[in-house]
Amino acid sequence: MESKLQELLKQVSDYNGKYDGAYNIRSNGQCAERNSTEHIQIVSKKEEPGLDIFIAPHTKGEKVYIPACVTKDGIDDLVYNDFHVGEGADVIIVAGCGIHAEHGEASHNGIHRFFMGKQSHILYQEKHIGTGGTDAKRMINPVTECFLEEDAVLEMDTMQIRGVDHTIRKTKAELADRAKIIIRERIMTDGEETAETDFSVMLRGEDSGADLISRSVARGNSKQKFISCMKGENRCTGHSECDAILAENGQVLAAPALEASHVDAALIHEAAIGKIAGEQILKLCTLGFLK
Amino acid sequence: MIQLEHITWTLPSGEPLIQDITLTIPDGKMVVFTGPNGGGKTTLAKLIAGIEKPSSGRILLNGEDITQNSVTERAKKGLSYAFQQPIRFKGLTVRDMLELASATRLTTEQLCTLLGKVGLCAEEYANREINTGLSGGEMKRIEIATVLARNTPFSIFDEPEAGIDLWSFSRLIETFTDLQQKNAATLMIISHQERILSIADEIVVIANGTVRKSGKRGDVLPSLLRDERAGRCPLGKEETV
Repeated sequence: MESKLQELLKQVSDYNGKYDGAYNIRSNGQCAERNSTEHIQIVSKKEEPGLDIFIAPHTKGEKVYIPACVTKDGIDDLVYNDFHVGEGADVIIVAGCGIHAEHGEASHNGIHRFFMGKQSHILYQEKHIGTGGTDAKRMINPVTECFLEEDAVLEMDTMQIRGVDHTIRKTKAELADRAKIIIRERIMTDGEETAETDFSVMLRGEDSGADLISRSVARGNSKQKFISCMKGENRCTGHSECDAILAENGQVLAAPALEASHVDAALIHEAAIGKIAGEQILKLCTLGFLK
Repeated sequence: MIQLEHITWTLPSGEPLIQDITLTIPDGKMVVFTGPNGGGKTTLAKLIAGIEKPSSGRILLNGEDITQNSVTERAKKGLSYAFQQPIRFKGLTVRDMLELASATRLTTEQLCTLLGKVGLCAEEYANREINTGLSGGEMKRIEIATVLARNTPFSIFDEPEAGIDLWSFSRLIETFTDLQQKNAATLMIISHQERILSIADEIVVIANGTVRKSGKRGDVLPSLLRDERAGRCPLGKEETV
């Protein structure tokens, strides 16, 4: 395996020479390595590029790694990954994306769908990073669609660390009775980077719940857009929170929306944009950090 | 060793808050600063940490003049400061903060040890955000843990007991004793708590911006407990009636 790929895998998915569990490493639009386990089967799609990942019902404590990396200029990767999560399964999915480009453009577009069976639980971890030359343009545009059956729980931890010049993240979720989705997004942009996130959560089932937390930092001349729409169509709870810190000439647009069509839908949103508080800087200075 | 030489600090209005304080905090000693509210204890701690700059006088750390050093420079020279009112960081977890403080990734076992010293369970707290979801007492303990994580030769704790329940308090006393005895750390603790005063090597009483009394615990504490009664009148006028 080439060293650039190894380095990216290490940064986005804690790769240490091997993975413990099922995995599929995608590199420059091709499958570099794959491993299925007794309970987690990874198979290639026939009609389009991508994977079907079948997690057997009641699989517990296993991990699936599906990192995708681009290490060459001029690659425009598109992949469709579908996760079929069996009833009562409880696993961790690690899905990072790293792009290394020296010149020109390189992009990865991952379209992920989650079909979560009753009482299943997924912790989905995703890190995005870009490395390479300053005149290259690295783009990552993930689309995620989640369908949660009764009592299913999906936790999504997403993080964009640095070096991604342009990103549009679209996430949609539909929840049945008592299903829960928890999304924690962390994003930092710098230079001329742009990042846009668009969340849409439909709380269809009775006692379904959503918690959406976005933390971002916009530095340099970077621009971010945060759009979220939470719809309560039943007795449900929904909370979304967007906190953005601006530095230098960073710009953030936060446009949260709540829509309820049931008298017992309890939806709340909190949003704040501002610079880092002076007292927080002071605390960090007492830990030895520079202003 | 910290030495303060003729330190004064005045408000922009000209009102003096610290007036010509000269004292030494010797190596490996636990020196507890006590005295009435508003007497200047926290200001003195901030002057040592570099958060405020003195109007006149010098501050020496192991003989080196650090009066003009920034907060960061002093932190890098081995000085830690636990705030009286800890700062909340939305988006940062307890683990993040302790890793920032210790400047390294921490194992679960290390987190357990650190948080255990302030009476918190790592399993319960490591991934919690340092936001308004934490109580004042929890924040205070995490603040103390950030200073412990740095493991520096000189640490300042400003009223560490505030908001800490009786059960955790005993653990805290053990932690301070361990820090001083096992790690040979020099501690400046601002406190009104008799149990903290009773483990001090030295006690300094600060009032009206000056040192009212200072010396070894055995010399200061008995008179302190005898003399320092709570006046009903905050201005002390009852004594003249």
